[in-house]
Amino acid sequence: MSWYYIEGILIQSCYTLLIVLGLSILTGYTGMFSFGHAGFVCIGAYIAVICTMSFGLPYLVALIIAGLVAMALGALLGKITLNLKGDYFCIATLGVGEAIRLIFNNLQLSWTANGKEFVLDGAKGIASIPLKTTFVGSLVIVLVFVTATALLMNSKHGRSMLAVREDELAAQMSGINTFRSKMLAMCMSALYAGIAGGMLAHYFGYLQPKMFMMVKSTEYTIMVIFGGMGSITGAVLGTVLLCALPELLRAVGDWRLVMYGLAVIIIMIVRPRGLMGGKEITDLKIFRALFTAKKKPTLPAEDGSGADS
Amino acid sequence: MQYFLQQLVNGICLGGMYALMSVGYSLVYSIMNFSNFAHGGVIMVGAYVGYFTLTALGCPFFVSFLLCGLGSGLLAVIIERLVYSPLRKRHAPSLYFIISAMGASIFLENFVIAAIDGTPRNFPTLFSNSINIGGISLGVDSLMMIVVSVVALLVLMFIIQKTKVGLAIRACSYSEKASTLMGINGDLVIFTIFLMGGVLAGFAGMLYGMRFIVRPTIGQVTNKSFVAAVFGGLGSLPGAIVGSVLLGVMEIFVASFNSNLRDLFVYGLLILVLVVKPSGLMGKVVEDKA
Repeated sequence: MSWYYIEGILIQSCYTLLIVLGLSILTGYTGMFSFGHAGFVCIGAYIAVICTMSFGLPYLVALIIAGLVAMALGALLGKITLNLKGDYFCIATLGVGEAIRLIFNNLQLSWTANGKEFVLDGAKGIASIPLKTTFVGSLVIVLVFVTATALLMNSKHGRSMLAVREDELAAQMSGINTFRSKMLAMCMSALYAGIAGGMLAHYFGYLQPKMFMMVKSTEYTIMVIFGGMGSITGAVLGTVLLCALPELLRAVGDWRLVMYGLAVIIIMIVRPRGLMGGKEITDLKIFRALFTAKKKPTLPAEDGSGADS
Repeated sequence: MQYFLQQLVNGICLGGMYALMSVGYSLVYSIMNFSNFAHGGVIMVGAYVGYFTLTALGCPFFVSFLLCGLGSGLLAVIIERLVYSPLRKRHAPSLYFIISAMGASIFLENFVIAAIDGTPRNFPTLFSNSINIGGISLGVDSLMMIVVSVVALLVLMFIIQKTKVGLAIRACSYSEKASTLMGINGDLVIFTIFLMGGVLAGFAGMLYGMRFIVRPTIGQVTNKSFVAAVFGGLGSLPGAIVGSVLLGVMEIFVASFNSNLRDLFVYGLLILVLVVKPSGLMGKVVEDKA
């Protein structure tokens, strides 16, 4: 196995992790199920490619613009749909995700910028995108966002999101602005997805709307659930297991997604909180034993908390 | 005018098929309050049962039609038993039901791809002739679609409105807890709705295969029937039927204007409905239970 091949898998895991992290904020922490996340990735990918190819902007600037545009769209969508109850929110995201893909599928545009003509030709997509996503670059971006997510989740806003997930009515009665918490989760997850979309486009070198089918959205959601809702470690674990492992076990081929489906059902029945069960790696006994052994345990009762939920 | 009528008939045809699919979504939603996304997989399996009984076993049309309904009905019940029942026992939140449904749908779709293959298959031509009424040509297969949908839906409405089982279903859709306290067997009601939804899904799969093509990703079509259920009002049977026919007619007219826009139109309509009136045309307004 060549390094080139492994590097490819690692890059894919990196940007998928970014999407899954974003989705984890929305689904795992705030409890809102999205069926249309691939739509945000799609927007991000197209915007980033237009920025670099047509307007000649640097890669990083393009990524940021892509993220911001996706975020703006997420805010707009949130404004409209976040007051919907229960299932209706996830139905709305399904509609939006598919609509975004279908718009790009039908969009015929061409314009001239910097003396070059740029053509957006519907389902044919865009080819020969410069390959600018490197492994080290993606790793740095992902690490930045993992840290950012951890900080966000330990902040007041993160706690509010958790409260919304557990019981929206109770959260509201405790004085939490639930709409604002949900909006923040929505915007953050769209931002992550947009940036990841830009990375994806500059890794593959081509773009087609059919890369962002609804199946993709559900795959991301499955990664969040598999790893464990409400846990960053879980998101990392879920992504690495479900993204990298099947790549290495190509022999399984078509049965890969069959097992995905089966795994989801079994997890929902046996362990609905996912592998990490809402815990972070820092909560685990073994981690504490290794890294905090010198300190005296503050509370004896804390020791057993990492075992199970 | 003739063109208009022709398109209208085509639209009603498509709408009838959507109706067969969407009542399955609505039935489940009316009692269990979640969107059963595994329904698409059930429809797809129905279409495959139809294809293989017709080609490999050489069954006559009506036999394979009934087998379709039977196969899909069984599958729907099995999914309920294995996937939803454990969650139901635990009173899991509806989010978990949706996730499991999605898992079941992914499982079914990919199981068919892995076990058979992903290539689209054509049904053998069963009815090639068409009849002409006042300049509107109507294929016998299209006529079948309308007749089957109408008959099946009438039978369903009869069961729901006039029989004791139907009464139990209606009672459960108001409040499952209260009905079970009154001595209604909740498990049996849920078994019945999955069976009925599954049988209709099997018919729909067969009709779809006859008219179009059989492939593992029929799910895209079933998503549209789900949109129809939302449009009519999730949880309402008449709503699902009216919504399906309206959606079918509108989709055909949009397609006759520009066929690229038909899917976009359907999902655009979904978003519009959710923004303007999430309870749909005839849905009950559900207060969020605290």
